[in-house]
Amino acid sequence: MKTILTAAQLSITCQRLAHQILEQHPSLENTVLIGLQPRGVFFSNRIVEVLKSIAAGPVMYGQLDITFYRDDIRKGLHVANTTNLPFDIENRKVILIDDVLYTGRTIRAALDALLDFGRPAEVSLCVLVDRRFSRELPIQPDYTGKVIDTIVSQKVKVNWQENEGLDEVILLDN
Amino acid sequence: MKLSAKHLLGIKDLTPGDIQLILSTAARFKEVLQRPVKKVPSLRDVTVVNLFFENSTRTRISFELAEKRLSADVLNFTASSSSAAKGETLLDTVNNILSMKVDMVVMRHSASGAPHFLAQHIPAAIINAGDGINEHPTQALLDALSMQEKFGKLEGLKVAIIGDIMHSRVALSNMYLLRKMGAEVTVTGPPTLIPPHLAEALDVRVEYDLVKALRWCDVANVLRIQLERQNQPLFSSLREYNLFYGIRREVLRKLDKEIVIMHPGPINRGVELDSDIADGPHSIILQQVENGVAVRMAALYLLAGRDSEA
Repeated sequence: MKTILTAAQLSITCQRLAHQILEQHPSLENTVLIGLQPRGVFFSNRIVEVLKSIAAGPVMYGQLDITFYRDDIRKGLHVANTTNLPFDIENRKVILIDDVLYTGRTIRAALDALLDFGRPAEVSLCVLVDRRFSRELPIQPDYTGKVIDTIVSQKVKVNWQENEGLDEVILLDN
Repeated sequence: MKLSAKHLLGIKDLTPGDIQLILSTAARFKEVLQRPVKKVPSLRDVTVVNLFFENSTRTRISFELAEKRLSADVLNFTASSSSAAKGETLLDTVNNILSMKVDMVVMRHSASGAPHFLAQHIPAAIINAGDGINEHPTQALLDALSMQEKFGKLEGLKVAIIGDIMHSRVALSNMYLLRKMGAEVTVTGPPTLIPPHLAEALDVRVEYDLVKALRWCDVANVLRIQLERQNQPLFSSLREYNLFYGIRREVLRKLDKEIVIMHPGPINRGVELDSDIADGPHSIILQQVENGVAVRMAALYLLAGRDSEA
């Protein structure tokens, strides 16, 4: 087991990503943030919390569940979580937020799910951990917390205070 | 998480965990049905055949819509216009359909146990859409979802099931489900329409006095009088039935409390349920129909996913 981010580093990373988002979207008027269920939401909650403290106006924030859009129903069932998008995404700038970017298949499914709600002006991607060289689809993040090189047998685990009792990102060898 | 059973033949075979999983998945699908695009690609590679050996409007449309909302390919089969009318056996009919690479079977049949028989002989997952006087599991699940939405939970809920208990697969599935989920059940109706030993067998109460049952309950699930399944007269007349067991305004007015009214449809208006009650503010009959699609989506989705894990 190896620590990738400690609690203190994780907090700084969230601060930095929120500032980078604000740098690219100075007015959040036409921008919506969408966390991916289930685990991406812990991360997006943090980003939104920081954004609310540094942005001038209100922050539009929702959660998207992509279970029914997965391409791996044949490999096992996932339990669906709630989707809550309390705004229209038509012509808006959407920032998808997830904890770990690995094969890219979750983001592919998220794009499909998102487009069923309307036609956004643009979609960008914010992730806490980018496991590069593991992609199975041409998907890259626009905002990245930490880039790491991993092999397939390793597992990246993101723990959160509110769920696991401790903020940290660790790498597990199986 | 997955269902413990390979088929959905009856509530009898489900665990409380299975029921909870279907209901929570159905709640997610209900949200999908509010979206601009009311459709998800989950069952894109699944073909479902709807085998209806008995008439149906609601259940059949509801299943077909659920399948289409999940992006499955759908085949419809009606016994009256098929080779079953030429004398082909059930197993032959189904095996012929399955040989064309069909993955799931939704079946309604007038013979109790028909889907159970089929389950022993074919590899495809089967959903029972009503078998004779045995079970109608998706109806009980959509009733449960409707009650859960209305009251927040099923545990401790007092449900009266009223009418033709003897011939009702809706009643049997509801009794199994409600008892498994910790709700209390009282059945009421003419003694000729309530099977003996029901109370002991299913751990429910039997009450022959309609007003007493209504005073006790939070919800009244009113059943259809099924004249087509009665081969001998079990009560004197429809008018008499309406006077003793029909849900009428005068009866409800005596209760000094509000109860929620459910009915699985189709309603015999003026027999088991009067129009002003069926269309009144305490009726959730149309919510039941709405929930039917979401519940059937959940059942199809969970069985298709489970089927693939083997």
